[in-house]
Amino acid sequence: MATLESAAPLLESTAPLVEAPAPAGRRPAVEVAHLRKIYGSLVAVDDVSFTVAEGEIFGILGPNGAGKTTAIECAIGLRRPDAGTIRLLGLDPHADQDQVHEIVGVQLQSGVLPAKLRVGEILEEYRSFYRDPADMDDLLDVLGLSAKRGDYYRSLSGGQRQRLSVALALIGQPRLAFLDEMTTGLDPQARRDTWELIERIRDRGVTIVLVTHFMEEAERLCDRVALIDHGRVVALDTPARLAAQARGGKTVRFLPSGPFDDRLLTGLAEVSRIEHDGQHVVVTGTGELVNAVILALHAAGVTARDVRLDSSNLEDAFVKLTGKNLNKEGALA
Amino acid sequence: MSSLSLSLSRARPRPRTARAAAFGQVVLNEARLVRRQPVNMIGSIGLPVVLIVIFGELPSFHQSLPGYGGLILFDAYVPIIMVLGLTMLTLLGLPGPLVSYRELGILRRLSTTPVPPSWLLAAQVVVQLCIALTGLAIVNITSVVAFGAPVPKSVGGLALSCLLAIGGLFALGLLIAALAPTASSVNAIGRLALIPLMFFAGLWLPRALMPAVLQDISNYTPLGAAVQAIQDSVQTGFPPAAPLLVLAGYTLVFAFLARRFFRWE
Repeated sequence: MATLESAAPLLESTAPLVEAPAPAGRRPAVEVAHLRKIYGSLVAVDDVSFTVAEGEIFGILGPNGAGKTTAIECAIGLRRPDAGTIRLLGLDPHADQDQVHEIVGVQLQSGVLPAKLRVGEILEEYRSFYRDPADMDDLLDVLGLSAKRGDYYRSLSGGQRQRLSVALALIGQPRLAFLDEMTTGLDPQARRDTWELIERIRDRGVTIVLVTHFMEEAERLCDRVALIDHGRVVALDTPARLAAQARGGKTVRFLPSGPFDDRLLTGLAEVSRIEHDGQHVVVTGTGELVNAVILALHAAGVTARDVRLDSSNLEDAFVKLTGKNLNKEGALA
Repeated sequence: MSSLSLSLSRARPRPRTARAAAFGQVVLNEARLVRRQPVNMIGSIGLPVVLIVIFGELPSFHQSLPGYGGLILFDAYVPIIMVLGLTMLTLLGLPGPLVSYRELGILRRLSTTPVPPSWLLAAQVVVQLCIALTGLAIVNITSVVAFGAPVPKSVGGLALSCLLAIGGLFALGLLIAALAPTASSVNAIGRLALIPLMFFAGLWLPRALMPAVLQDISNYTPLGAAVQAIQDSVQTGFPPAAPLLVLAGYTLVFAFLARRFFRWE
């Protein structure tokens, strides 16, 4: 749980650039190096670099207008970058676009389809575009759209439309899929269903690049996350490590059964700080903090009561790194 | 087996039959959409048929115009009504879907697949062409069979005139699709263009009754030239070169401009 004070903007003059390399031993599915895109005087994407390994779910997280979508549109070849290089499974999205279109699936933000076509008709059309398409019954089943096959697009709910849009990104059996804001506009249940679906698709060996401004989604799904703000990558790591470095770790708050010497805890490797809040004690640290604190107190004959553990999350990391509060409800529009 | 050989196998050009089948699927869905939203078919086939029947039933339309070589008013109106249906189709029916596809991001969506978005445009042209030919045939045959209009003197001339009229008007439709920012503005532009175009086609005053100045202007408008070429094919024989060249010229100019200004997103 994020504590209240951590949600307040915490401005730091120099945000540390953390970068975890892509898991070793796997071929890169996406290589983006020094990508730059300028619209007039606005630098939408500024020196963005990241690598996604095959089989990863990679998140691109940032507030609206951070340049996420522009970066992705450059990566898939919809826009020409002003500088930088992009390789998708070793291919150039412009020079090798015919091959790229065969093996890279794309779901664009707010995609709409003709109102008076049926689900099955749309899928049949897109299916015919690909050399080695997915089995349609299978895909409809996985996406929970089997019962909607004969329904007009306009009669679908927001969640069903979104799932159809994901289905179109996957109908060509891509080896790499870009999904832009795939759960925006979905209710919580539909969102969780979609997350499960993405995990199942990854289990089939598809590399997934997920653009989102929804924290929980990135935390739940992504192996690694790039935090983007003002067109720059401000951090790139696993969600857990980003969260851990946001506040130097976790916080334990408890009510001691009696007085004790602070040095009892400050001497522990896991503890970085100790504060008193009335009768309560707040200890900040890392690792197995709770165990270490309780064992040390126990050895001194003190019992900790009313114990509460707070660990920081991706949202805290975001606030710390960008000085901004990401709109958590953005996805509920 | 390896992913390298997989990407190599995918690098081979697709067989032509598979590409043709994919284009067939695009055409099929466009045809379904037109059938399910028949507004434009009503304008381009239904309305001309209704007009032909009404004019055909009016006794006053079967009198010959004094001083015009025995031309009967109804016969003067047949090419005008043929051209009216074609114009309704190309000003509204053709650009409407294309602009809304651009507006909805469907053209953009398609450009991330192995199929280029131009296929959707081509599929629309195919479907609308079928409607155009059907409409022209129904109006012409009805006028001859039910209301005694003359059998065309030059069927080849009529076919060529119709094809050139379709060419010029379709290119105009694509130009509107290129320039109209939204689907609703297609309607505004189409309705605005319809009135002067149809005036010079003779909808309110058949060309034979126009003063010389208006007739001269009419000769150089797309619909005026189309009516002239069709009427000559029916009444006298293979049409003179002038209206055919005017239509061919409009086709080239509009097509060039449409290509120049068309945006895919």
